[in-house]
Amino acid sequence: MSAVLVVIEHDRGHVPEATLEALTSARSIAGGLGLPVHAAAMGEGAEMVASQVGEYGAEVIHHLTSPNLGDYNPEAWGQALVGCVSSESPAVVMASGTDRGNELMAQLAARAGLPFVANCVDVAPDVSSMTRSQWGGALHEEATLDAEIKLISMAPHTVEASPGPAAGRVDEIAVDVDDSLVRSVIRDRVVLSEGITLSTAPVVVSGGRAVGSEEAFAPLEALAEELGGKVGCSRAVTNNGWRPHADQVGQTGTRIAPTIYIATGISGATQHWVGAMGSKNILAINTDPEANMVTKAGWAVIADLHEMVPAITEEVKRRKG
Amino acid sequence: MSDFPTKANVVVIGAGIVGSCLVGHLSRLGWEDIVLIDKGPLPNPGGSTGHASNFIFPVDHNKEMALLGVQSANQYRDLDRSVDSGGIEVARTQERMDELNRRMTSATAWGVEAELLTPAQVKELVPFINEEIILGGFHCPTVSVVDSLDTGTLFRNEAMEKGVLQVFANTEVEDVETVDAPNGQKKVSAVVTDRGRIEANYVVVACGVWSNRVANMAGATIPLVPAVHQMADVGPMDVLAETNTEIAYPIVRDMDTFCYERQAAGSMEVGSYGHRAILHHPDDIPSNEEAALTPTEMPFTQDDFDPQMETAIELMDMLGDAEIKYAINGLLSLTPDAMPCLGETVEVNNLWSAAAVWVKEGPGMAQVVAEWMTYGYPRVIDPHASDLARFYPEERGDDHIWARADEHFIKTYGIVHPQEQWEGRRNLVQSPYFSRQEELGAMFFQARVWERAQWYDSNADLVERYGLSEREVEWDNRWWSPIINGEHLNMRENAGLFDLSAFQVFELSGPGALDFAEYLAVNKVCKGVGTSAYTPWLNADGGFHSDLTMMQTGEDVVRIVTGAFDGGRDEHWIKKHLPEDESVTFKNLTMSTTTLGLWGPNAEAILSQLTDADLSFAGNPYGSVTNVEIAGVACTLFRVSYVGDTGWEIYTGWDNGPALWDAIMDAGKDHGLRPTGMGVYAVTGRIEKGYRLMGAELESEYNPIEAGLARPKVKAADFIGKEAYLAAREAGDPESHCVTLVVDDNVDSQGRQRWMQGGNEPILNADGERLVDSHGRVSRVTTAGYGPSVGKNLLLGYVPAEYAAPGTKMQVMYMNELFPCTVVGTGSAFDPENTRLKGE
Amino acid sequence: MRILALVKRVPAPGARINITEDEQHVDDKNLGHAISPHEECGVEAAVQLIEQYGGDATVMSMGADVSEEQLRAAVSVGISKMVLVPTNGSPKDPQATASALVAAIRELEEQDGVFDLIIFGNESADQGGFQVGIRVAHELGRAMVNGIKGLEIPDGQDGSGDGHIVARREVDAGFEVYELPLPACVGVKEGINLPRYPTMKGRLASKKAELVSLAVEADADAHANGRQAQTRLKSPPETATETVILGDGVDAAPAVVDLLEELGVL
Repeated sequence: MSAVLVVIEHDRGHVPEATLEALTSARSIAGGLGLPVHAAAMGEGAEMVASQVGEYGAEVIHHLTSPNLGDYNPEAWGQALVGCVSSESPAVVMASGTDRGNELMAQLAARAGLPFVANCVDVAPDVSSMTRSQWGGALHEEATLDAEIKLISMAPHTVEASPGPAAGRVDEIAVDVDDSLVRSVIRDRVVLSEGITLSTAPVVVSGGRAVGSEEAFAPLEALAEELGGKVGCSRAVTNNGWRPHADQVGQTGTRIAPTIYIATGISGATQHWVGAMGSKNILAINTDPEANMVTKAGWAVIADLHEMVPAITEEVKRRKG
Repeated sequence: MSDFPTKANVVVIGAGIVGSCLVGHLSRLGWEDIVLIDKGPLPNPGGSTGHASNFIFPVDHNKEMALLGVQSANQYRDLDRSVDSGGIEVARTQERMDELNRRMTSATAWGVEAELLTPAQVKELVPFINEEIILGGFHCPTVSVVDSLDTGTLFRNEAMEKGVLQVFANTEVEDVETVDAPNGQKKVSAVVTDRGRIEANYVVVACGVWSNRVANMAGATIPLVPAVHQMADVGPMDVLAETNTEIAYPIVRDMDTFCYERQAAGSMEVGSYGHRAILHHPDDIPSNEEAALTPTEMPFTQDDFDPQMETAIELMDMLGDAEIKYAINGLLSLTPDAMPCLGETVEVNNLWSAAAVWVKEGPGMAQVVAEWMTYGYPRVIDPHASDLARFYPEERGDDHIWARADEHFIKTYGIVHPQEQWEGRRNLVQSPYFSRQEELGAMFFQARVWERAQWYDSNADLVERYGLSEREVEWDNRWWSPIINGEHLNMRENAGLFDLSAFQVFELSGPGALDFAEYLAVNKVCKGVGTSAYTPWLNADGGFHSDLTMMQTGEDVVRIVTGAFDGGRDEHWIKKHLPEDESVTFKNLTMSTTTLGLWGPNAEAILSQLTDADLSFAGNPYGSVTNVEIAGVACTLFRVSYVGDTGWEIYTGWDNGPALWDAIMDAGKDHGLRPTGMGVYAVTGRIEKGYRLMGAELESEYNPIEAGLARPKVKAADFIGKEAYLAAREAGDPESHCVTLVVDDNVDSQGRQRWMQGGNEPILNADGERLVDSHGRVSRVTTAGYGPSVGKNLLLGYVPAEYAAPGTKMQVMYMNELFPCTVVGTGSAFDPENTRLKGE
Repeated sequence: MRILALVKRVPAPGARINITEDEQHVDDKNLGHAISPHEECGVEAAVQLIEQYGGDATVMSMGADVSEEQLRAAVSVGISKMVLVPTNGSPKDPQATASALVAAIRELEEQDGVFDLIIFGNESADQGGFQVGIRVAHELGRAMVNGIKGLEIPDGQDGSGDGHIVARREVDAGFEVYELPLPACVGVKEGINLPRYPTMKGRLASKKAELVSLAVEADADAHANGRQAQTRLKSPPETATETVILGDGVDAAPAVVDLLEELGVL
């Protein structure tokens, strides 16, 4: 039975927003093809994902099982997917274009000898052609995909995840996973921060070269803390060693999608913009009213960030009482 | 955001160092309603200002570059955006050591503190230098590092605070519109941008490397080309980081490898002028958005820089282990003659250029243009060599600009002889006699676009005849030949035939022509058909704009003859002042007119064989202009002399030239006539007579009284600069006088005879003191040359009145040595009574 | 330890990307070229491992002849050998690229032995296919994890033989830790290190290094089950934004906080 199969990239049972987006996209692709949406989940915690995945449109959830499937393991999971694909013969296999999503799709593609089109932003109804993102979103490519089974990933934030309840029937499939592939499993985790992260924060307060120094980020930290957000920065800042690379918003850094992105002293070069453009709202604070970031932002304040950021923090504190 | 204006008095395009300083200076001079736009963001719009290495070496052999460099450095200092780092030019060769002595001479001329250092002394100042490969250094403590972006901001703020300036960044110019003006001219009318159209009375192009493209939009030209200067920032290095400051060590210019090393905090900036010339068309410069860094920080082409790295490591070994953190092909502007493009464009009225200016001259040159727009001519300095109008049409095309930039880029740190000739783009304009001159072995020098014979190898026999010899030191002998002296002595003994076709010949005609001619000239021009005048043209402040001859050739026709170096400037000046009622028609007759000069005691005997006209001094007096037939060719005969012997300038149609040349040469066979070059015309003959030359003795900083060219009376008619001229006359004896000096002893400390070149060598008093008058004008050599008939090296220059008396003992510095000389006076060193002009 | 770092020559990132008239390529006439940023970090990682554990590192690029510039750049920061796999034409799709790289790696390994570690970039800066390294690793039968931001050799090992490499992958809340048996492959991400710049001496030395050109063919079966192909490139649609200026200077603070309240983040 053919279907549009969505790879569930859960982490020990936790399904990220990106996968819900992929399910949302899958529903419209499947609708165009007149096929149902199926999902494939495996590994530690896979049994916990069914209700959520069903709520976002999966008629069937293929729970792939093997003694060699446990915590996340790109190679083992990839081979498990090969088993699922050969037994289910889906028309389309898709995932979200996250690190894990793309990795699993590439593992599947390599093992099945199939082409794989990563980071689509628009897909033709028959999935034989699509628009995909290059240069981190700064460029679009129109591509064709000629394959019996079409492997694609959807660029993150292409759609907003929305529920579309379906049966969500769980169907266990035992798959073969070579013993040797256990080699690539997660052995350990190092937790650096609890709670929100840059990519999930509802508010990101970012600084660019104009901040001037490592120490000068303190007022940005204070504001982010007041707003329950995180601090980000531009590539110039990490290149200067003022912030760790993990804080970098941009093409080679983190893609963010907060409710509001407060960009202070950031000119808005393409490299930065592609990381920030997923934000739902942007407030630019800059002395230059002509800066790219200002002209691209929905809101702007023409001011020196060194004065403005503390002023906003004060005002927030005042209203909080 | 303020609304984009639809009208302004002045629109300045380009907010780099030049445009920003310009709006500041305009505001200081009282201008209002100024709009400054730039296609890039502020404060760094992305032109050369943002990446230039930003240091100023105040010593240059060229007066405009040197004095405006010092002046600019002081403007940066006044704003406290400058640090005196000091700088050292090091020499790896003996030839460069000689050049450093020449630098010392120029430093003395411009009053810049400087000293020569031994390698060990260099090492004391720059401990990380490899002193073993250098022979010495030229140290200038006032070399400064400036903040050009911040300075630009301060100048803009100054004008904005006065309420006379609006600034719009990220505003791209799409068109510059013009309207028809009287006399068939164009006038600028509006600037069209991507944010709207602004009507403007004046538009200034200060767009750096983009200037020509923007000027082209209006149909004007600013001949410059964007060229790469490679720069790499390497570091960090402990010895630099430990200083905890932007710059603690002197900047080192490694002159023989065309490279500099400049501390930039913990790193060293290594800049090169030693690579191949890499030129770009302005259309090939990326936009701000398309550029990885800024538009003028182009991708580094590493292969070009590699040889420079090897030589840099030789000089400072520590550079080899430092990381190359940042490297660019930085763009800057090059022009065909390595001088800036300042002034009004010749094609479009009220469209001005402030371009091809580097950070080191930015504030000063901005002031020049602001004053020019305000007063009709700058006051701070005569921008003679920077005047955009100097270029002939042949010099304004990309083929010429690119070829010349390609040739001179490598000379940026080169040792350039004052007489140095271009290799490429020669023979742009040849006289009708060119093939004959080639056969005579002419050594051609190029006067802008004109090829002129400097001397003729066919006259080599004269060297032996007059017992002449080569000069002892190669530098003095370069671009020179003893044949020049032979031709000179033969002219004084017999006669010489000169090709003066490079003369720029203009004609004014129409009902207003005579009045207009008088309005241009200090001296009375129109005294009836067949009369002439040699006359200065002044600017409104009473300084020299031009000096030339004018002839009334018809009832309402006046001919103007000026030199090849000034044709463009003078033509622009005339057109700029043409009456708006169109009562005067201007024509440029240069390419239809050829001129020969025949001078010497045998001139009359030669010419009389070819014509029936009365050639006697009585019948054909000095200054007369007559139409005669010579060898069957219709000619205009102008009795005048710039070489001190009797004779004529002979004008005829271009096509008649060769026949006339042949006839005169033939007639001169038995009278010792020789073809004679510009070496005699422009230097030896002229300097013996003390005749002044525009651009040398005659500059806007001096007036006719100081130059010794004031006539006893002032004509009744009004003329440009009259008021100032009258005031100067009434002020009494001038503070400085143009004088001739004779070098008493030209043997240097090594026992060699030396010959000054006329390259601004300082004239000092007997005590060795530099002489500066109250206007800041320094005594320096404006022309130097041997006087073969006097047997001495002669100099022209201005000295304060107290030193102008004949017989005053002075000294001249040449190659950092002092030579005694004596003032001859304000007149001629040769034939002061002018008896020879009369053929007596 | 024997390491192979794979690099791709790409137009230097950072500027607006223009497209050629035929809509097939990025217009790079105004752009310099660089090693794709993730791979630049891969080169640095290779150099650091060699500095610590000894051995030698090779850099390989598949591309046009001009990719020599990027290979020499890698040599100038401490890589000892460089290999160019010439494409002699237009860029290949991920399947063909992977197939050719596998052939090249096999040939290099046949000559000088197995690479203990092959370092890819997480994805190329330009095409961003997210798969070549994974395809190569699978074909070679080696462990592979992408998205790596930390590499270390366990204590007591030297990064060769039967040893392991510990690879850290950054996730939202911290790191996932993998321990891959050697020989292994990883795809690294910018942030794993701050790549050093070449020194002048390094650059000059790199000019003298020998460039090995290794012509290989992609497996004829690379596209047996289908292929993807680029039709055209285009710029993403620009969403015109009308910027609302909330004010100049600190007086605008209340307006900003009003906005935050309106958006419900306060």
